[in-house]
Amino acid sequence: MFPAAFDYEAPSTLTEALSILKQRGDDAKVMAGGQSLIPLLKLRFAQPQLIVDIARIPGLADIKRDDGHVRIGALARHVDIERSRELAKLLPLMVEAVHWIADPLVRNRGTLVGSVCHADPSGDWGSIMLALNAELVAQSNKGERVIPIDGFFQGPFTTTLRPDEIVTAIRIPVPSGSAGGSYHKLERRVGDFATVAVSVQVELDGRKVKKAGIGLTSVGATNLKAKQAEQALIGHELNDQVIAEAAKLAADAAEPKDDIRGSAAYKKDVVRVFVQRGLKAALARAQEVRA
Amino acid sequence: MSSTMHMHGGIGESIKRKEDGRFLRGKGNFLDDIVLPNMLHMAILRSPYAHARIKSIDTAAASSKPGVIAVVTGELMAQHKLAWMPTMSGDTQAVLATDKVRFQGQEVAAVIAETKAQAEDALASIEVDYEVLPAIISPDGAKAKGAALIRDDKEGQTDNHIYHWESGDEGTTKAAFAKAHKVVRLHTFYPRCHPAPLETCGCIADVNPATGKTTIYMTSQAPHAIRTVFALVAGLSEQNIRIVSPDLGGGFGNKVPVYPGYVVATAASLLLGRPVKWIEDRTENLISTGFARDYHMTGDLAVDENGKMLALHVHLDSDNGAFFADAQPTKFKAGLFHIVTGSYDIPTAHITADGYYTNKAPGGVAYRCSFRVTEASYLIERLVTNAAIELGIDQAEFRKRNFIQPEQFPYHSATGWVYDSGDYPKAMDVALDKLGYAELKKDVEARRKKGEVTGIGIASFTEVVGAGPGADYDILGLRMFDSAELRVHPTGKALLRMGTKSQGQGHETTFAQIVAEELGIPAMDVSVEEGDTDTAPYGLGTYASRSTPVAGAATAMVARQLREKARKLAAHLLEAAEEDLVWERGKFYVKGSPERSKTIQEAAFAAYTNLPEGMQPGLEGVHYYDPPNMTYPFGTYAVVVDVDKGTGQVKVKRMVAVDDCGVRINPMIVEGQIHGGLAEGYGIAFMQLITFDDEGNCIGSNFMDYLIPGSWETPKFELGETTTPSPHHPIGAKGVGESPTVGSPAAYVNAVIDALSPYGITNIDMPVTSDKVWAALRSKGVTE
Repeated sequence: MFPAAFDYEAPSTLTEALSILKQRGDDAKVMAGGQSLIPLLKLRFAQPQLIVDIARIPGLADIKRDDGHVRIGALARHVDIERSRELAKLLPLMVEAVHWIADPLVRNRGTLVGSVCHADPSGDWGSIMLALNAELVAQSNKGERVIPIDGFFQGPFTTTLRPDEIVTAIRIPVPSGSAGGSYHKLERRVGDFATVAVSVQVELDGRKVKKAGIGLTSVGATNLKAKQAEQALIGHELNDQVIAEAAKLAADAAEPKDDIRGSAAYKKDVVRVFVQRGLKAALARAQEVRA
Repeated sequence: MSSTMHMHGGIGESIKRKEDGRFLRGKGNFLDDIVLPNMLHMAILRSPYAHARIKSIDTAAASSKPGVIAVVTGELMAQHKLAWMPTMSGDTQAVLATDKVRFQGQEVAAVIAETKAQAEDALASIEVDYEVLPAIISPDGAKAKGAALIRDDKEGQTDNHIYHWESGDEGTTKAAFAKAHKVVRLHTFYPRCHPAPLETCGCIADVNPATGKTTIYMTSQAPHAIRTVFALVAGLSEQNIRIVSPDLGGGFGNKVPVYPGYVVATAASLLLGRPVKWIEDRTENLISTGFARDYHMTGDLAVDENGKMLALHVHLDSDNGAFFADAQPTKFKAGLFHIVTGSYDIPTAHITADGYYTNKAPGGVAYRCSFRVTEASYLIERLVTNAAIELGIDQAEFRKRNFIQPEQFPYHSATGWVYDSGDYPKAMDVALDKLGYAELKKDVEARRKKGEVTGIGIASFTEVVGAGPGADYDILGLRMFDSAELRVHPTGKALLRMGTKSQGQGHETTFAQIVAEELGIPAMDVSVEEGDTDTAPYGLGTYASRSTPVAGAATAMVARQLREKARKLAAHLLEAAEEDLVWERGKFYVKGSPERSKTIQEAAFAAYTNLPEGMQPGLEGVHYYDPPNMTYPFGTYAVVVDVDKGTGQVKVKRMVAVDDCGVRINPMIVEGQIHGGLAEGYGIAFMQLITFDDEGNCIGSNFMDYLIPGSWETPKFELGETTTPSPHHPIGAKGVGESPTVGSPAAYVNAVIDALSPYGITNIDMPVTSDKVWAALRSKGVTE
């Protein structure tokens, strides 16, 4: 299990990294924690000619508040999220969900941004970012642009990111008022990719839902945002009937395939079950916050 | 360690494992740790197809890649009459394919290069032109009209059938069924799984061009048998072959067979005059080396109106893969499957078995199972629970009603086994007591009324291990005895060498303890060596829970033999008559005068320094033990599960395991063995699966797809024990390594089926994954 030969660059500034990508971006893969890329290289599923290791670029590892958002840098590891007091307070969904990602070894090195850019439809972070309406900050030699997460994923391992760009951070809006979220994941063993996972985030205005986010993992060609289900919640109280309706809509939005983890029908039904459980848990947490 | 240092380490003492010091310090010596001067590396090109004709192989481009020394194909091997090799079941297996590939992952060519990376890089440059043929992935496919002929290489082979085999009595069984009050049927598939030792298979072949001595470092559980096979197959002179099996990182049966990689590396070293190392990666190990199980079974149990079992009939179809390479005693085509009457006094039984070729990897090894006993135990224990549910009798009560009773031993079974000893009701009672069965049943009833899905599963297995008596048990004609050679040095320390080979079982401790008990030398003073055929006495190796029943017996016997010589030496030193000496572990004393004594160490010293007239010097001996019978460990396992109606997930709440493996030499090691086996049983029951798509592509080729349970998945194990010594084993031990993998899968699955039984669900085949449980629940309208 050796990777095919590749060139390796470890630039020490962002400018240097962006200029390398400008020249060789089409043949290159950017590596942050390497926890998805290195296994692909070893299995020779990926054979890029150049690896651009951004781990030595300073200033990319922060998690900080930024104008109504939390900004998480490209080199912030999963473990940093796990231990962030700021996130535990502002976006507890992320801190709950991070424990479902792989294992401590992977979490010590892997990054949120790397995981989202890898765009594995079985990745956990993608659906959580969809539920939280995150946005990506991408830089190239030409400057910076902000990409909303909704629409970023184009297909398995494919995004709207250009070959000359590096995502330097993800920005997540901080919820206001009573808010709660939950992540439900069905896995065959600890650290497995999800058979199905569902992330749910709600913000309440009084008893009614003001904002809702539902992201789905492993049930389509990309992480999916269950928009109709989200819409069905807005302006309603979260009673059993509303929850059941949203769960049904989310299940309808899922496009799973039969595979070794289970049939498409099974996965759709687990989406339904998890949206129900997720909304109930999110509601309880939102009410806790209010109390 | 310090407490262990001061312990004698006799039988029944939980001393710490002597071998662990080096493993914990990273100072083990595994195959990949061995580096020889001038060593080359080999990588194997494998077939991407399950079934295809090879039209051509072009190695020119690969040969010119950096560092490449040679590219070996089947054609080259054929020139040396090594393109095919014999299997352990009397078939032939391709070493490198010449005509067709018959399973995905089959060895097609090999690159020998200066580095492993160079060898792997060059594989991509070998051009093979395949004509893809339809793949057969099940016995039903193999039987189908017009099915492609997989083994067109075999003269006279006109279909995909390998063998038909029967055991028991058809006539009496049919008659008993005709009179039955009820017949309960279970059709179940014990799926293909893989032993997946953490260390994969590999070798370093080192043929000395000057002397012709062939040293092969090899991940082998049976180095002596391999040496003889190499002598017979390659025509090498057996004294010139030395197999060294270094520290092994697990085996579980996977390291019993001869693999093509061993043969090609050896041939390459012979041709090139340099050592050649080959070691598999994880995927190669999972897709090409010895799998286990893959049995399609139908069992019928006939019962009378009092719930007494009358007769058992079983038919099984065995999926053997592309070459019949099952690792099992020569005489038994379906291994020891005919132990299938299990722990029950079933008057008559009839078993029929058919084996089939398919386009899947060969090598039905006994993954922590004594030659197909897991399949047998699983079938009967599942069938018994299903029968109890169908008859409306409590599954523990139904078992007790039909157990072979303690006074019936030695028990002659309907399929010809002579069970040595057992007390099944006692093991059951200990398990039920530990479980708090009566209370638990009430709790289950109460929770079911609330709509919860919960259940209890029981399995009361009987194992058959310690192969075996030479008259019936052989591998390619080699009788399945085993050996121990004991050398006591002048200072009273000892070296024990055996024909077995530990893969983590703790032989260096356990067998030293037998010497400590029988010869009185503290276990810490006894070194145990295995695995080097130039130094160890001939033996058949370690698998099928045979080491303690066979080599352990040999150890006790050789220790006793030396003790008798020591008695003569002590008598000489004490100027007393031999018959006046009393043995007390570690010393002889004169009857009535305990102060007049000589220690075993003093007697040993005398063997080299102060001998009686006419006695040969030295205190060394060797014993080859041909066991008079198999041993029959047993036990009762009980599992409690909760099922999530929404997702189908099963949570094992409790796992109680009561084992009776006769006398326990090192109880801690025994419990460790049981923990490991219960974990593997959990993996088999709920997680592990080697399966194939319609094209014969292997699903389960890495640890993301082939799911090994870790400490997070496995339940807490609650162990219990009873002790029924084997009457024919010198120290009453029976062997334990495989009991938990044999007994536990049925207990786990029975719990799930018990939980689902209120809804009329009677079977889910392993692995019992959440999607299968969900489908079963939804098919009965149960939902969240």
